[in-house]
Amino acid sequence: MTEETKAAKNPVEDMATMLAYAHRIEVEAAERYAILADQMEIANNTELAALFRKMEKVEGKHADHIIEKAGPEGIPQFGPLDYRWEEGEGPETLDLTDIHYKMTAWHALQLALAAEKRAYTFFARLAKEAYDKDVQALAREFAEEEEEHIEFVMKEIKKYSAPEAGWDEDLDPPNHPD
Amino acid sequence: MSVTAEAPKRKASDYISDVKPVWCPGCGDYHVLLSLSRALAQMELEPENIAVVSGIGCSSRIPAYTNCYGFHGVHGRALPLAAGLKVARPELTVLVMSGDGDGFSIGGNHFLHACRRNVDLTYVVMDNRVYGLTKGQPSPTTEPDWDSALSPGGTGLRPFHPLVIALASGANFVARCFSGDVNGTARVLIEAIRHPGFSFVEILSPCVTFRPDEKQWKTLVHPAPVDPTDDPARAARRIMTDDGFNTGILYRGNRSPYRAPAASEPQDPGVLERKFVI
Ligand SMILES: Cc1ncc(C[n+]2csc(CCOP(=O)(O)OP(=O)(O)O)c2C)c(N)n1
Ligand code: SF4
Repeated sequence: MTEETKAAKNPVEDMATMLAYAHRIEVEAAERYAILADQMEIANNTELAALFRKMEKVEGKHADHIIEKAGPEGIPQFGPLDYRWEEGEGPETLDLTDIHYKMTAWHALQLALAAEKRAYTFFARLAKEAYDKDVQALAREFAEEEEEHIEFVMKEIKKYSAPEAGWDEDLDPPNHPD
Repeated sequence: MSVTAEAPKRKASDYISDVKPVWCPGCGDYHVLLSLSRALAQMELEPENIAVVSGIGCSSRIPAYTNCYGFHGVHGRALPLAAGLKVARPELTVLVMSGDGDGFSIGGNHFLHACRRNVDLTYVVMDNRVYGLTKGQPSPTTEPDWDSALSPGGTGLRPFHPLVIALASGANFVARCFSGDVNGTARVLIEAIRHPGFSFVEILSPCVTFRPDEKQWKTLVHPAPVDPTDDPARAARRIMTDDGFNTGILYRGNRSPYRAPAASEPQDPGVLERKFVI
């Protein structure tokens, strides 16, 4: 295991850093949803643009909640590359390559669900493996909150049915084969 | 990590403009924009001291999406323009952003000479092995058997190998990245910007519209199993024999960058013009 992977596996040594990581996870997720909403607006997929915008707001509220939790001490800020993530970016951040301009709300929510589950795993592991007991306790709290987010996304998914094959068919595609 | 650092002066969003990208959803170039903004924020460079120069292509739209000074130039001509800018204004950080068509077809000749000249620039090529903007023609890095409506049966041509050509031509820093590894790419960009002389970074950046097969790249890329070398022959051997998906810094040379001879007193353009009056 390289030093970098070791650091990414257990990046949090104290409470302030724990809060910084938790906050960063939500901020990065909100920023990613904002990019996705913009992309869908440009691609004229208005339904999905609205959904991503809603998710941006939800993640923004989660970030605010962490600020409240931190109280007057505040949350330390680090440079964007000072955070060490095992999977390259924050666990709740959607991968832009998974996006298709004709994707449906059902697809988007599946990606959101996977993201929430990654965040849960991140905190659940810290709850077990962090060196500091207080960090463990706070990580447990965050893991529980992530479980609530998972439930929320699962409920949202139930509002939609899985799209039929051919959902990505475009009668006027950008890469016309003729 | 524990809390020791002072709050950073800059956020990545400080380097992103209000202009919304028109790239296709899923395009790798979005990732490159994120990597670039994170690298610049981490370095705490002032946006007004950075110039982002490009040619033409989907990838070359990137200057408009940054909050730095930008020049969206002529197809294939970003490098000479950027070299002139850096020589005239050495205090600026000059980044050149290009595509494989822009950089290796029409701009191929400039690429060779920019490597030779070794002006202190960072040259980033978002390589998707296709001309995206003009709707899917093969580029110099396209595989010979890539079958498409515009090249039935493939071109049959041997692909251009940008990293080896950069080395052979004298580039002082050579790296390959994958756009999907946003923070990894940002870290390499920082090294490239800091390294004196001409730094060349090829970013494998999928074109999801004309090369949907490139979505697989995320399962193929892997970090180079060796540390960067300062021996160009060794670097070239490694690059020639790797599978094309090794990422990381592959060569870090120690040539001194080109420096313009000390300029005489700045002259009034009117005075300069008089010399050329016939
Ligand atoms: C002088 C000139 N010749 C040709 C073109 C047409 N043209 C525009 S972009 C482009 C190729 C773009 O490919 P690449 O650089 O790989 O960028 P991508 O769009 O894939 O990011 C071509 C041939 C042009 N704009 N100007
Ligand atoms: S055509 Fe390809 S390179 Fe251009 S924006 Fe779309 S996905 Fe990106």
